[in-house]
Amino acid sequence: MTSSTALAIEVRDLRKRFHKPRRLRRGAAGAEWALAGVSFHVARGETYGLLGPNGSGKSTLIRILSTLLIADGGLVRLLGHRLPEEQAQVRRLIGRVSVDAAFYKKLSARENLLYTALLYGLAPADAERRAMDVLEQLGMEERTFTAPLEEMSRGMQQKISIARALMVNPPLLLLDEPTTGLDPRSRRDVQTFLEALRLREGTTILLTTHDMAEAERLCARIGFLARGRLVAEGTAAELRSLAETSTLDDAFISLTGRPIAAGEDT
Amino acid sequence: MTAETTERTLRQAWAFVFRGYHLTRRYISWVIVFNFYALTGSAAVALIGVAAHDDRLTLTLVTGALLWNFLSTLYTEIAMSVAYERWEGTLEYTFMAPVPRLVHLLGLSLYALANSVVNTATVLVGLVLLTGLDLSGANFPGLLVVMLASTLAFVGLAVMAAALPVLSPERGAEATHIFQGALLLVSGVYYPVEILPAWIRPVAALSPATYTLSACRKLVGIGVPGVPLSAVTGELAILLGMGAVLVPSGLWVFGRVERWAKRTGRLKRTG
Repeated sequence: MTSSTALAIEVRDLRKRFHKPRRLRRGAAGAEWALAGVSFHVARGETYGLLGPNGSGKSTLIRILSTLLIADGGLVRLLGHRLPEEQAQVRRLIGRVSVDAAFYKKLSARENLLYTALLYGLAPADAERRAMDVLEQLGMEERTFTAPLEEMSRGMQQKISIARALMVNPPLLLLDEPTTGLDPRSRRDVQTFLEALRLREGTTILLTTHDMAEAERLCARIGFLARGRLVAEGTAAELRSLAETSTLDDAFISLTGRPIAAGEDT
Repeated sequence: MTAETTERTLRQAWAFVFRGYHLTRRYISWVIVFNFYALTGSAAVALIGVAAHDDRLTLTLVTGALLWNFLSTLYTEIAMSVAYERWEGTLEYTFMAPVPRLVHLLGLSLYALANSVVNTATVLVGLVLLTGLDLSGANFPGLLVVMLASTLAFVGLAVMAAALPVLSPERGAEATHIFQGALLLVSGVYYPVEILPAWIRPVAALSPATYTLSACRKLVGIGVPGVPLSAVTGELAILLGMGAVLVPSGLWVFGRVERWAKRTGRLKRTG
């Protein structure tokens, strides 16, 4: 058992349900469990993959860890701080990249990044230097930084989203399908960068993805989430062995009972 | 509060001014359109007084138009901030940033105030040119004090209204406009509140705009030279009192609604 001080993420018996609007209810049930008692932990400096079909509860979990949702029950502790009680401290320690790069599309990359720097109370010059370093490592050219984001490709926007998350130098990075929709080259750039980041900075990464190859490449351990429960957990090899399959894809289908698909999640 | 904390807090409040400035710059053609529309709408009302050859009526209408421009711009900018963020898709990132809500709303209010001043100044210049009004007797420093005092009360109201789009993304944004329309109706912007039906008049007493307009009309000096600030201490005291109640109440309401939204999953970019 890992001691709690060595843990970046500690989640125990996490439960969350959403009440459906009356018009959408069928029968007596007015609420559905999005998370029905999820427990897992991630050590500091570890990259942990959370994989699940659509509606399995991945995004709900990430939103709870991002302080945007309050759980109905269970324990969540990030870098020793309990949620939701210590959300102010947690917000200083996390960076998040979601599936869609949420930016002011009319503003340039530089303006969006400087806005974030100010929002986090950082000295703009230092934050900008750090963001530009990240963008250069991700293969972006400096001349694009002043163009409105709406003129950029999705891959470029996603790289800027990663730079935004890293600008505050967070010890914990929450990545919610960061490479979905990227071309193979951009996806590889992002994956290589994340590997280097973990090695160089010791950043803890929680990654949700629909890409099994990405999970195998980046994650020390992987958890399969289905119907709001963690149905299996281990290294990619352990999961393949558990499911008695030759690929992680097959292990996923076997253990979750559903094929994987990209798209909007619960 | 240490110097470092103060510096960080100031940067965080400034972030909203920075964002507002650059968004204004990028949407400048729309800003010009809205300012033009505000000017023509105000002029259309003020010229009723010119057509009647009644300087007193013209000045009453101009004062109403200017103050309503100022207060409604301030209110809209703050009250619609959550709805704007949802449209842009940035709501989650703003709400997970380590910014105390008070600092967040302070920053929003600073930008809203600057925006309102620019908008009102544009309309003022246009109205003076179009109506040929003589404002030389107006007590401008007094007007400034009253407008600042009413800013507090309107910020409080707007912060409360900003919680509505958190409660319900679409209905909430609609409700903020209904509330704004009700303020326009009951506050005597273009007419004395005494002409309102008896059952509405008590509501006028609850609107800060009623006192702002009453004080400003005295300070502009409609028909007579503008009065000194000491002549509107009653209105000023009510406005400051309303601000003292409405700002903390607005923050309290917003905080409660934000927590409710986090429990129910409403705090998300798509609504």
